[in-house]
Amino acid sequence: MKVGVVIFPGSNCDQDAVYAFQNQFGCETLTLWHKDNDLQGCDLIFLPGGFSYGDYLRSGAIARFSPIMQHVIEFASKGGVVFGVCNGFQILCESHLLPGALLHNAHQKFNCKNVFISAQTSNSAITSTIIPGTALKIPIAHGEGKYYCDDPTLASLKANDQILFRYCDEQGNITDEANPNGSLENIAGICNEKRNVFGMMPHPERAVDADLYNTDGRLLFESLLSMAVSR
Amino acid sequence: MTKQVSSKQLATVEQAQQLGLRPEEFDKIKEILGRTPNFTELSVYSVMWSEHCSYKNSIVWLKTLPREGKNMLAKAGEENAGLIDIGDGLACAFKIESHNHPSALEPYQGAATGVGGINRDIFSMGARPIAQLNSLRFGDIKNERTKWLVRGVVKGIGNYGNAFGIPTVGGEVYFDDCYQINPLVNAMSVGIAKVGKTVSAIAEGIGNAVYIYGSSTGKDGIHGAAFASKDITEDSAKDLPSVQVGDPFWEKLILEATMELIETGGVVGMQDMGAAGITCSTSEMSAKSGTGMKVWLDKVPMRQADMKDWEILLSESQERMLVIVKKGFEKQFEQIFQKWDLTYAQIGEVTDTGRVQYYMNNELVANIPGESLVLGGGAPVYHREYTEPKYFAEIAQFNINQIKDCDLISAIAIAKRLAAHPNIASKRWVYNQYDSMVGTINQTTNAPSDAGVVKVKGTDKSIAMTTDCNSRYVHANPFVGGMIAVSEAARNLVCSGAEPAAVTNCLNFGNPYNTEVYYQFVHAIKGMGEACKKFDTPVTGGNVSFYNQSSDNDAVFPTPTIGMVGLIRGGKKHMTLDFKEAGDVIYLIGSSRNDIASSQYLVAEHGVNLSPAPYFNLDEEYQVQQVTAKLIEKNLLCSAHDCSEGGLFINLLESAMVRNLGFDIHKTNANLRNDAYLFGEAQGRIVVSLNPSNANAVESLLSEAGVAFEKLGAITSGEIAVNGQQFGDTTDYAGIYNTSLENQLN
Repeated sequence: MKVGVVIFPGSNCDQDAVYAFQNQFGCETLTLWHKDNDLQGCDLIFLPGGFSYGDYLRSGAIARFSPIMQHVIEFASKGGVVFGVCNGFQILCESHLLPGALLHNAHQKFNCKNVFISAQTSNSAITSTIIPGTALKIPIAHGEGKYYCDDPTLASLKANDQILFRYCDEQGNITDEANPNGSLENIAGICNEKRNVFGMMPHPERAVDADLYNTDGRLLFESLLSMAVSR
Repeated sequence: MTKQVSSKQLATVEQAQQLGLRPEEFDKIKEILGRTPNFTELSVYSVMWSEHCSYKNSIVWLKTLPREGKNMLAKAGEENAGLIDIGDGLACAFKIESHNHPSALEPYQGAATGVGGINRDIFSMGARPIAQLNSLRFGDIKNERTKWLVRGVVKGIGNYGNAFGIPTVGGEVYFDDCYQINPLVNAMSVGIAKVGKTVSAIAEGIGNAVYIYGSSTGKDGIHGAAFASKDITEDSAKDLPSVQVGDPFWEKLILEATMELIETGGVVGMQDMGAAGITCSTSEMSAKSGTGMKVWLDKVPMRQADMKDWEILLSESQERMLVIVKKGFEKQFEQIFQKWDLTYAQIGEVTDTGRVQYYMNNELVANIPGESLVLGGGAPVYHREYTEPKYFAEIAQFNINQIKDCDLISAIAIAKRLAAHPNIASKRWVYNQYDSMVGTINQTTNAPSDAGVVKVKGTDKSIAMTTDCNSRYVHANPFVGGMIAVSEAARNLVCSGAEPAAVTNCLNFGNPYNTEVYYQFVHAIKGMGEACKKFDTPVTGGNVSFYNQSSDNDAVFPTPTIGMVGLIRGGKKHMTLDFKEAGDVIYLIGSSRNDIASSQYLVAEHGVNLSPAPYFNLDEEYQVQQVTAKLIEKNLLCSAHDCSEGGLFINLLESAMVRNLGFDIHKTNANLRNDAYLFGEAQGRIVVSLNPSNANAVESLLSEAGVAFEKLGAITSGEIAVNGQQFGDTTDYAGIYNTSLENQLN
């Protein structure tokens, strides 16, 4: 699988994603510059975390207008797989590739720590090998990660099985205390209706290297890669 | 309206004094130039000869610090930051710097620009920053202004560092009344460069182009702008912001562009624009190479119209770099600037005149021998007087026998209060606001240790790093306190399984013209030097921050913050601080002592502010560290954690809390006071835990080394007990320890 990691000015998790895909999972990985007009034949587009264009407006609000994003949007509309983490998730929401929005954390502070999330469905390219309900330890690092959408959108997310991850405690219980940012119904990650665009606030790429003593994030990557193989 | 004074008019001694220069310094300038300087030239001298740039009151003593070591690639002061060889063709660049005064006025921007400045120092050497630490000191946490400062500083560091994308992996936070008016904000950055691909701050090659890139230049942060504008036009003062404003987004773009510039091979030299802006970078770079520089100030991209020549020269607008370009690379450089959408301009060229010559609209406005401006050149050097502080007499009166010991029942309540003490309680309210995991190299997130440990990707090495200074000890005894600061840093690295390599320091003191303050400075340096020699950790650089006081009599505690880096080689795992399993045995390496001097316990529980530094012996400390390193090397230990603030009890609690385990210990020496045993802060002590099957091996190694040790007891599944007295469960303390700070700051 050929992976393209998009670099916006202000992206800062791009090299972490490259390291994960390339060094940890052996994928051919290249970087795509925000001013580029070509996805270079990538099978998977990854939008990394960071502060694209400084994120002085709403996070991700400027990035959606960059040249590369027009191609990413077109790629996604044709069924191409797009995965956004943190700022990448924010950009996907701003681009309307995913429903809803990411608001300022309920406590109004940037927050970086390990949290637990549990998969809500196995029916997606990033959760296909994960047993729903199992708590995975994955770090978060964001100031604007409170997922919000209106009631009809929430209803359709549920009806279409689009909620991929919810924040939970170490035992897998979905509780208010386990919700680190005030996200609606503890939502940590979702996909689109066509199930080819994925977004989540926690950083699975920060939990793949055994040298850092937490590899829970490998499951998402292994799922992605197994889908690619079975295709 | 005040009379308009042209910057070309000849300067007066009164102006010199208003700019912070002394009359004899004004005379020296006249002698150097062979004429009276104009106002612009005087401005240039005033910033270059300021304490901040010239180190005029500290350099004599800084030079006494050990500066040579086996892995050093650059001597102290030779480059923007220290540089050591870590093998695999890689070098580690690191430095700590203060941003105290800006943070006292405007905590958010003050702290943010501190982070920006220290990272520029690292990447302007060609090293990509990989990790950051910070050392913060504030007044009484209950005070509303303190809370405002803490919130602002933490948010400033967080927002800048998080967006810049470098993990914060360690640091310290202290609260003490001495920092009430004048908080300390020290930021450290650590970077990695390829050996042979580092960049120096030099200006060689006559005719080479001088480029400025990054942000445009505005009137922000002009040193002493208030005084200067009074002499020029009173009204202009109103539009000068006094504190610089940082933009981490620009810094990130500059970092990436800088890395690409260096990769081309076309960089001759480079320096960031820090204190004294264009003045400092142009004069230091040309002086270092013995060249000169012509600078066309009107070519500098400006943020606002009608800036005066001296304003352009002195502006401290953030996120700006100066680069000397090898002939033929200009076009390639401009393409890189354009790729990253950076503002840039050629503003000058290297000359052979030995002078920095600043032009404004083709008119020469300042013409100065570069050498005369800089440290090691013409900048003044002073030997200051010092006298022993009077408060030493009161310290000498301290008698432990006048302090009532606690029984084990009352020790429970004391332990809980100490666990909640802001100097001891968890700092998670602070560090959770910092991205500690970006870069995917932080190895201590899931395996905590006494120092921050990061993986060097592509090698089998890790770098451990720490910042340390218990300033109360330094205040009590500057010489011993200076030694302890270095020793504690080394101890933290050793407990993490690393070999200490080198030091950077940030020397925060009061007014150097106060002879008692200067005594503290001199003796702290002597202490640091002794300890650095012992641990073979040369001082690679850092910075000095004087004038940390609000009036003559209330200088901050002398605070020589030590930043130390060390290496873990050969793919070895780092040593962690957490207890692993109930049943493991616990040992103290070093001796329990009847000592409560300068402990948090003595200050918080007995209100005794003046007492000697805690017990310390440099040779013993060294032995304890050496043997601990050996035990780790032989894989005999399950955990290692150094004994510091809060003493033995807090040390054990910190190791127990990570996995919700407990401990059962026994004080065997009946002559030892309970409070000294549990809460005393005698130095040179490390607590280790090990599988009982390794006890014999460990004991014989310790005996062989001739190091004092005692078996404390064993790890339990969660209960805490001392000499049979039940102290409750670890979870009781963990709740207090974890939430104390956030309860007070949220």
